Amino acid sequence: MAASKASKSKRPNRPGADAGRIYASLRRIRRVEEEIARIYPTDKIKSPVHLSIGQEGIAVGVCDALEPRDAVSGTYRGHATYLAKGGSLPGMMAELFGKDTGCARGKGGSMHLIDMKANVLGTSAVVGTTVPVAVGFAMAQKMRKTGAVVACFMGDGATEEGCFPESLNFAALHKLPVIFVCENNGFAIHEPIAKRQATDKLCQRVATYGIPAKRFVDSDTRAIRTHIAGALPKMRKGGGPIFIECMTWRWREHVGPGDDYDAGFRSRSTLVRWQKKDPVEIAAKALAKAARAEIDAAIEAEIAAAIKFAEESPFPPVEELFTDVFA
Amino acid sequence: MSSPKLAWPGRPEDGRRVLRYVDALSESVALEMERDRSVFLFGLDVDDHKAIQGSTRGLLEKFGPDRVFTTPLSEDAMTGVAIGAAMAGMRPIHVHIRMDFLMLCMNQLVNIAAKARYMYGGQVKVPLVVRTIIGKSWGQGAQHSQGLHSMFMHVPGLKVCAPSNAHDAKGALAAAIRDDNPVVFVEHRLLYATEAFVAEGAYLVPPGRSRVCRWGRDVTVVGISNMVVEALRAAELLKEVGVSAEVIDPIWLAPLDSETIVESVRRTRKLLIVDNGWNMCGAGAEIAARVAEACAGEGPVSIRRIGFAPTPCPPSPILENAFYPNPATIAAEAFALARPDAAPWAPDPSSAKLAYQMQFKGPF
Repeated sequence: MAASKASKSKRPNRPGADAGRIYASLRRIRRVEEEIARIYPTDKIKSPVHLSIGQEGIAVGVCDALEPRDAVSGTYRGHATYLAKGGSLPGMMAELFGKDTGCARGKGGSMHLIDMKANVLGTSAVVGTTVPVAVGFAMAQKMRKTGAVVACFMGDGATEEGCFPESLNFAALHKLPVIFVCENNGFAIHEPIAKRQATDKLCQRVATYGIPAKRFVDSDTRAIRTHIAGALPKMRKGGGPIFIECMTWRWREHVGPGDDYDAGFRSRSTLVRWQKKDPVEIAAKALAKAARAEIDAAIEAEIAAAIKFAEESPFPPVEELFTDVFA
Repeated sequence: MSSPKLAWPGRPEDGRRVLRYVDALSESVALEMERDRSVFLFGLDVDDHKAIQGSTRGLLEKFGPDRVFTTPLSEDAMTGVAIGAAMAGMRPIHVHIRMDFLMLCMNQLVNIAAKARYMYGGQVKVPLVVRTIIGKSWGQGAQHSQGLHSMFMHVPGLKVCAPSNAHDAKGALAAAIRDDNPVVFVEHRLLYATEAFVAEGAYLVPPGRSRVCRWGRDVTVVGISNMVVEALRAAELLKEVGVSAEVIDPIWLAPLDSETIVESVRRTRKLLIVDNGWNMCGAGAEIAARVAEACAGEGPVSIRRIGFAPTPCPPSPILENAFYPNPATIAAEAFALARPDAAPWAPDPSSAKLAYQMQFKGPF
């Protein structure tokens, strides 16, 4: 994994050259979340889950362009970001099960995934709070001249928090290496963006800070990857932050394993339209059937092993309640 | 009134200088920045000509604008930035010229800084110092005067420190900077000019030990932040009427060494807590509860609290004076505790006024 990541950055960004890797990443995330949804009603998962099914192309497009030394900061809908950047799958699954072997030792849950070995920063349940934290992590990279960048994911709701423009301003002012990624799925819980924002000119708003901003209307995985890969060399040399707004669709309900089209606040026909742009299907088409089958089989085996690991792992001992309150 | 040869066992002959609180702060930061490249200091106005009322004086010149820099106002995001930098291995000192502004930092401090170590399973630490100043006098008014330390004491994962003198300010700030956890470091504007004996090199005043500033037999008085100084003044007034007050400074409010206080109360059976904040759910309430729990079943203990009046702080001087505890009100409360059967007593106004001319060059 690490070797392929390191070698890919030297390759030209030819369409098709990395088709297997991108498909595998997308398919893996999709299948992990489908399995989470399948297991969820059994009550083995001890944490509310916010599934990113349908939105995976953004995380994969961004993370596939990054190097191991780069960091990502995700949201509470963060399974895709965590996995796309290389966060441990057994660690995540065990965390969802509330086990001692979880990435946060059963003390975080689905909304607080973290894997610092893979440079996956911790996620937060309070919308927008991780945006300035990611900017601070990026400031430390600049201070220490590591050349690493931080991809900071947020939803459209986070752009309504005060810390969002504050963070944009500071990152632009100090030319910090931050890729701001807005996953715009059009809803904050159940409230549509039209009831929340005066205009839909997010990129224009961001651009006033002097930050290059681009909207991806279909959030095509490869287009996002190409854009990020193109921006990285300049960013690593102090070029400052960039912003992308990726239009997307949350296929499932806000929280939980099901969907919410019966509630009447959004239509199934829009889902159908977005499903025609399913990033997993699009990536699958670039591969031969046999190659796909091989990847799929490996993914199923990996997921089954992760679930088994989570199920068989012990719960934390009760004394664990009191550890790590302080460092 | 006798001359203020106070019970601080200071020993200036061992080579320690007298230093102002404000200079002790900047000296401590300078020593830590020299010692550790990962320490940096930022916040609105830290690099301007007034240097946060002098407390960041000289740091820009010494360490340059990469390690000493101003910020946009943006207190919320800047707190997040400090936390993110801390998670990446830096040791930020984030400075706020008024404690009132920390309300804009609450989300980051309570939801991320305090919890990151725990909710991320020990994978990160947040070695962050938030320096902040309680204002008082000259008509500071409702939003330049608040002592909000108890809000931070409430939250597991945060440490809170409120030193009352230059010696402790220097050592506790160094301890806060070296601590791997977020520390809310509460200063008081009126303490800035006060002097104490301060060693030249680096030393630590870590959490875990309250300081007995003055020994006494009749009543234990716990002061917080600037109220330690007011309590010492009150103790001088009480001496005139034969009441011997023990004055204790917790220095660190979280974690709180209540053992020292409990030991004192076991002797005096009387406890007065003087807070630089409101009583409701305040630091005094916590101290009182701990003492009551620890001394339960050991015979009667009398406890009283005084703090800010339960109002916003007004700027008009008559109202402002009535808002704060002062040596006279502290002495009167302590007397009532120590001599419950005596007629109420209050120091005469001229003595109370003289109390303010006492300088405290402590501690030891």
